[in-house]
Amino acid sequence: MDFLQTLKIALRALRTNKMRSFLTMLGIIIGIAAVIAMMAVGSGASYVISQQIASIGSNIILVLPGSTTSGGLRTGSGGAQTLTSDDVRAIMAECPSVELAAPTIRSSGLVVYGNMNWSTVLMGTTPELFEIREWGVDSGRGISQQDVDSAAKICVLGQTVVENLFGSSDPLGKIVRIKKVPFTVVGVLNRKGQSPQGTDQDDSVFVPLRTAQRNLSRSQTLNSVGALLIKAKSEDLLSKAEEEINNLLRQRHRITGGKEVDFSTRNLSEILAVAEQSSKAMSLLLGAVASISLIVGGIGIMNIMLVSVTERTREIGIRMAIGAKKNDILLQFMTEAVLLTMLGGVIGIALGTGGATIVSRMLDWPTLISFQSIAIAFIFSGAVGIFFGFYPAKKAAGLNPIDALRYE
Amino acid sequence: MSNVITLTNIRRVFSMGDQQFEALKGVSYSVEAGEFVAIMGASGSGKSTCMNILGCLDRPTSGQYLLDGLDVGAMDPNQLADIRNKKLGFVFQGFNLLARTPAVENVELPLVYAGLHSRERRQRALQAMEQVGLSGKENNHSSQLSGGQQQRVAIARALVNNPAVILADEPTGNLDSSTSEEIMSLFNSLNQQGITIIMVTHEHDVAAHAGRQITFRDGIIIGDTK
Repeated sequence: MDFLQTLKIALRALRTNKMRSFLTMLGIIIGIAAVIAMMAVGSGASYVISQQIASIGSNIILVLPGSTTSGGLRTGSGGAQTLTSDDVRAIMAECPSVELAAPTIRSSGLVVYGNMNWSTVLMGTTPELFEIREWGVDSGRGISQQDVDSAAKICVLGQTVVENLFGSSDPLGKIVRIKKVPFTVVGVLNRKGQSPQGTDQDDSVFVPLRTAQRNLSRSQTLNSVGALLIKAKSEDLLSKAEEEINNLLRQRHRITGGKEVDFSTRNLSEILAVAEQSSKAMSLLLGAVASISLIVGGIGIMNIMLVSVTERTREIGIRMAIGAKKNDILLQFMTEAVLLTMLGGVIGIALGTGGATIVSRMLDWPTLISFQSIAIAFIFSGAVGIFFGFYPAKKAAGLNPIDALRYE
Repeated sequence: MSNVITLTNIRRVFSMGDQQFEALKGVSYSVEAGEFVAIMGASGSGKSTCMNILGCLDRPTSGQYLLDGLDVGAMDPNQLADIRNKKLGFVFQGFNLLARTPAVENVELPLVYAGLHSRERRQRALQAMEQVGLSGKENNHSSQLSGGQQQRVAIARALVNNPAVILADEPTGNLDSSTSEEIMSLFNSLNQQGITIIMVTHEHDVAAHAGRQITFRDGIIIGDTK
């Protein structure tokens, strides 16, 4: 007996009881739709996180200045300016695992252009920062080493600042006042989006490091800098680079024995990797919860198939009498069950995909439907049919034709 | 003429718990090709058990059953299914057609399990329906057919695979007397075309259509008249 014929018989049987077939399928439809939607929401979240990782740049170590104790009061991390431009130079020279190092001086202040003003983050830094963050310019140019050396009064703007100060007009070459000091806008950066902490990375203005030290910072020593951004040569060398920096800075800052460490290092990628891990675990958990409804749906299929076998005992008897083998009957009922679940699977995939799209539109929550999750859902729905269809089909195939023919 | 069916000392014992019931107590007879045999007997006489064994739906406890020269008693269930498919045609008292299925597909069904292609199936099914006088009713479902027409569909289904024997179990049991008469004359004309028919009945006037009557009582044959 060929498969096409088996399929035809199964389709006719399902059509005969349309309402029942649909209700039976509903369990699978809901299960598959839930799995697809949950996976989409979960992988959407981890997609966002991985995007953020990419937006920070890869293999990055953050060196923060430590706290100081003044008059018995300890300031928090970053409260003191314990790092200097010389530290940066030393790190570049003496740490073999470090590829790039960029000092930053961060403050905030009012930027004024014409009659517009905007309070934003002011960041003094060197050209290396943009390399480390993999952040290019959209128009104009970036900060050059020459700008840093000459303490030029130029600035590079983030997209958010441009939108708020210039609207749609071209900012290149215009003069803005930052903390009342005039700066020439030489470039606009590419859009970077949200940071993993949720702050708008495009809401910032970059100026040469030395310019910041002289004109924007309130620090006493002109040489001091804020946090350092350091890029390791490769992902494998991240922890080695961290160790090298630690050792070097301890040496340079003469920290021995019980003396308080005046800096700290943080491995950003590691933190984000943990965040990504937890979001993956979350989506897996959601998928697992949703798949429970698939199992419930599968039990519904088994239940209905058992009823169907009992109802159609006589039909089974007729088929056996005119030459159907046990395997023909087994295959017929298995096909029916698998057809039921696979049809439910296809409808469920469509519903789940639609549901995920609606969720992402309405709640502004990113969703990602992977081909993989669709394939898994489809295969899984087939597997549910095989698993829960086997017992009823086995029961049908095991009927004695004489009894089956006599069944009323 | 050669024997289509040869039963030699067939015994069939049913055991229910520790009780044993011997439904057939050593039955032997043979049927030649082209014969029309009526098997008669009261209920419990063993005629149905004998019919089940003839139909390869059941196997004898002991004894030998040769169908068209094949020793059927020694076959496994799958081989028996094959034999039922290729050598036998069944006609039942309750017609036993598939509901919600067009008549022609009911007739085709044995050929489906025989693995024939759809075009050949359809051709042979239409031919068989013509043979029983049902041309034009191919696409009617069984609920749209009268009892006599349903039984004709069943007979066409039994004929379609050119079986060695047609086994009919009370084929007129659910029909009124005039329709019974029609069905019996159809059997007679099929028999005249050379088809071997074995029919179980308890009605003497139906049995009279057959050329030979075998009577069962208490698991043995008590009469065999031609």
